[in-house]
Amino acid sequence: MSWEMVIGLEVHCQINTKTKAFCGCSTEFGAEPNSQTCPVCLGMPGQLPVLNDVAAKKTILTGLAINADINLESKFDRKNYFYPDLPKGYQISQFAVPIVEGGYIDIPTPNGEKRLGVTRIHMEEDAGKSMHEGLDAVSHIDLNRSGIPLMEIVSEPDMRSADEAIAYLKQLHQIIKFLGVSGADMEKGQFRCDANVSVRRKGEPFGTRTEMKNMNSFRFIKQAIEFEALRQIEILEDGGEVKQESRLWDSVKNESRSMRSKEEAHDYRYFPEPDLPPLRVTQEEVDAIQAGMPELPNQLRKRFETEFGLSAYDADVLTQTQSLAQWYEALVAAHPANPKQCANWLANELLGRLKELNKDITESPISAKGLASLLDRIADNTISGKIAKDVLDAMMESGKDVDVIIEEKGLKQVSDTGAIDAMIQEVLDANPGQVEAYKGGQDRLFGFFVGQVMKASKGKANPAMVNQRLKELLG
Amino acid sequence: MPFSTLTDIQAKLNAGEITAVQVAQTYLDRIAKYNDDLNAFVHIDPENVLAQAEASDAYRAEHEPRPLEGLPIAVKDIFCTQNGPTRCCSNILEGFEAPYDAHVITRLKEAGAVLVGKTNMDEFAMGSSNETSAFGGVQNPWNTDCIPGGSSGGSAAAVAAALTPAALGTDTGGSIRQPASLTGLVGLKPTYGRVSRRGIIAFASSLDQAGPMTRTVKDAALLTSIMSGHDAGDATSVADAPSFDWLEACESKDMKGLKIGKPKEYFIDGMDEEVRAQVEAALAQCEELGAEIVDISLPHTEYAVAAYYVIAPSEASTNLSRYDAVRFGHRCDNPEDLEDMYARSRDEGFGAEVKRRILTGTFALSSGYYDAYYLKAQQVRTLISQDFKAAFEQVDVIATPTSPIPAFKSGEKTDDPLTMYLSDIFTIAVNLAGLPGLSQPCGFAQDLPVGLQWIAPAWQEDKILAAASAYESATDWHTKTASAFAGKGGES
Repeated sequence: MSWEMVIGLEVHCQINTKTKAFCGCSTEFGAEPNSQTCPVCLGMPGQLPVLNDVAAKKTILTGLAINADINLESKFDRKNYFYPDLPKGYQISQFAVPIVEGGYIDIPTPNGEKRLGVTRIHMEEDAGKSMHEGLDAVSHIDLNRSGIPLMEIVSEPDMRSADEAIAYLKQLHQIIKFLGVSGADMEKGQFRCDANVSVRRKGEPFGTRTEMKNMNSFRFIKQAIEFEALRQIEILEDGGEVKQESRLWDSVKNESRSMRSKEEAHDYRYFPEPDLPPLRVTQEEVDAIQAGMPELPNQLRKRFETEFGLSAYDADVLTQTQSLAQWYEALVAAHPANPKQCANWLANELLGRLKELNKDITESPISAKGLASLLDRIADNTISGKIAKDVLDAMMESGKDVDVIIEEKGLKQVSDTGAIDAMIQEVLDANPGQVEAYKGGQDRLFGFFVGQVMKASKGKANPAMVNQRLKELLG
Repeated sequence: MPFSTLTDIQAKLNAGEITAVQVAQTYLDRIAKYNDDLNAFVHIDPENVLAQAEASDAYRAEHEPRPLEGLPIAVKDIFCTQNGPTRCCSNILEGFEAPYDAHVITRLKEAGAVLVGKTNMDEFAMGSSNETSAFGGVQNPWNTDCIPGGSSGGSAAAVAAALTPAALGTDTGGSIRQPASLTGLVGLKPTYGRVSRRGIIAFASSLDQAGPMTRTVKDAALLTSIMSGHDAGDATSVADAPSFDWLEACESKDMKGLKIGKPKEYFIDGMDEEVRAQVEAALAQCEELGAEIVDISLPHTEYAVAAYYVIAPSEASTNLSRYDAVRFGHRCDNPEDLEDMYARSRDEGFGAEVKRRILTGTFALSSGYYDAYYLKAQQVRTLISQDFKAAFEQVDVIATPTSPIPAFKSGEKTDDPLTMYLSDIFTIAVNLAGLPGLSQPCGFAQDLPVGLQWIAPAWQEDKILAAASAYESATDWHTKTASAFAGKGGES
């Protein structure tokens, strides 16, 4: 019987508030170490936390977006452990009663959509950062991150492959970006993942799991899960037992190694945080948050498919980010005649060019209206699709209007029968051998003549007319 | 003047008979003269005190005086103050100076008070005799062989010996009321949430509450009126707390129609018989003043001490985790590694009682024990609250002895923590239920003061103040002074 992976994921996501979870310090990234701290987030004597309710609202919004229940009364707990970058010696978290419980995320799989359970989302505060590199016998501590609000999103152990895990994470990442509740910049550690991995023979109960801590790249997470599952399978096939433990993924050596065993695991001594009363929200407040919910990636994808007739692939590409989807909708609004053509030009031509420039759609030198007017010129036969690509290049480079470029470069399409006939005649006269062969039955040569005529016209000849006239003139 | 009340001094200041500088100097002189005998103050900055008094006199010259204009107030070493050290009488806070004032300190300053200095206390407020202080014990002015009670023992001794007319304390399980009782003072623990805890070093967050220690009920009301009020910086400070005119509540002269509950669980075998007799006599006096004494029962009282000694150490064990030698306070010499730095710094910095409570609390919260200890204690806490709720359906206020015994000899109980813990047997339930409680002098036992404790429903301090004021107006216990410290020095 074959092996099956069982994966559950915990995502720590920084909530993008202006100020920290329990004090007024800025959350701006990259500031001078310890410049964004105050007595509260430094854990000084007598200092007390006051909840930033924006963090709570954004967590509720996230909960609603994954179809979860919102607890109108949730509680804060202390998670106790000593570490030099944890100023209070405990982290304020939610343990017994989190603010969000019981949601799900649907992911596409080769066998259709699969529903993955989300157990809970709770709020907590981040710790600071310890720095050891390049220091001799001392460590430095930066507490700018201390107290930054996080939400921890805990999934059910519903994933059965690394691909499903990655699909879940990407979907979640996208939802969070759409909601605007987090920068979710993985390189800045704003979206980090712990993966719980175990293996079992299909149909058997769950095996012993290990936890891979603190990964912040989809690629590493996939590698780590696959490595870990194989490691466990090898142990089991050799008749061994998997040890429950936390492991670290080494992305340089491409292997995981043990961090601490179950026996060494912290006893966090969770208990209700006496400095914070239970967090109470009303159903009206939850409803108001729901009312402000933006259209989510899945809804948008489905709408793009039905409303604009896009393929699932194109719909997916164009809903990767909210700004891209909005850009596409602006493009269709300005050029409503052909939404599919809009999709092609945006997804293939413009995005391709932007990618080469290392830019995203928000940095595009061309507006949606600009691209629409280019598509208008194709539609009204002013230029061919092929010429349009050159025009697009010119537009990106100069920022000039499409008509200006056509005019300046004399790219206007030739649709005059006389002129086209003259060009055809020139080509036929120059290639008597091929004419002979064509007439002898080599039909494939028709394409050769079209190509030669287009070349002679420097691409400006109307391709449909060239086709038509060639057929007639070749008899 | 030394044994004057705040209201007396205020009247004289307002009449222009004396200046704030003269008042401050009077008490500074007494502190200089007597503090060595009592060890009540652990930090005094006379220049700063006089500068505050001068500023107050200057303010008065230009403006209407503020509610505490020029009045000297001492504060327990648990209140963070920008000026000078804040140590919580612990070696772990060696060298610590807070860059902020506690919210309450800000309020006192804004009201024109002159902060006299920091008073001695049990280390991190953990104790009932002031003997766990890193700065040594405090002597009870009524008998310097005796302890003044704790943990606010320094504040108690300072007021009782008139080294200051009033002081602030904090009360987690009786730490204002018990020392007030043992030194013949009025001590008020307000309703939990009435006074901001911000900037007060935490012992047990769900129980801690700051309050005044004074010579009279009215002085206590005056200070509490300034200390209390919502603070957005403390999530447990209650917005829109029911309020009333604090001083007007003290105008009561009789107890007509007042139903006073007398809980049988607070008059028990083993308590000092003279204390019992004094409190019984006080209740008889209340009856004469028109009150009706109603026998009641608070059946879960006997579990209060046990529940408290799970909950308070549990919270304390994590509140004190921040003293890790990383950012401030004591750090051991030449730590070998991180573990060594933590272990040795904390071992050197904390005293035996604090360590005992950290260990107790850590154990109670440990996985596998949490349900049996912490959770069970919280359930007991709920039952105790329900006891009071039920009782207050029958009566307006409850009266009890504050402490089962008068002040005991220094060193008598230090080797027996469990007996020491029983000192708070009558005060702890009030903290567990978050209720207001006040102790006032009601006589003497073995020539040492005895306290009468008043308990009211949450937010009804006015009922306590009215009853205590009526009792005070009919008796003269509050006018008695510790003779060894009376009439010597500081007359002006």
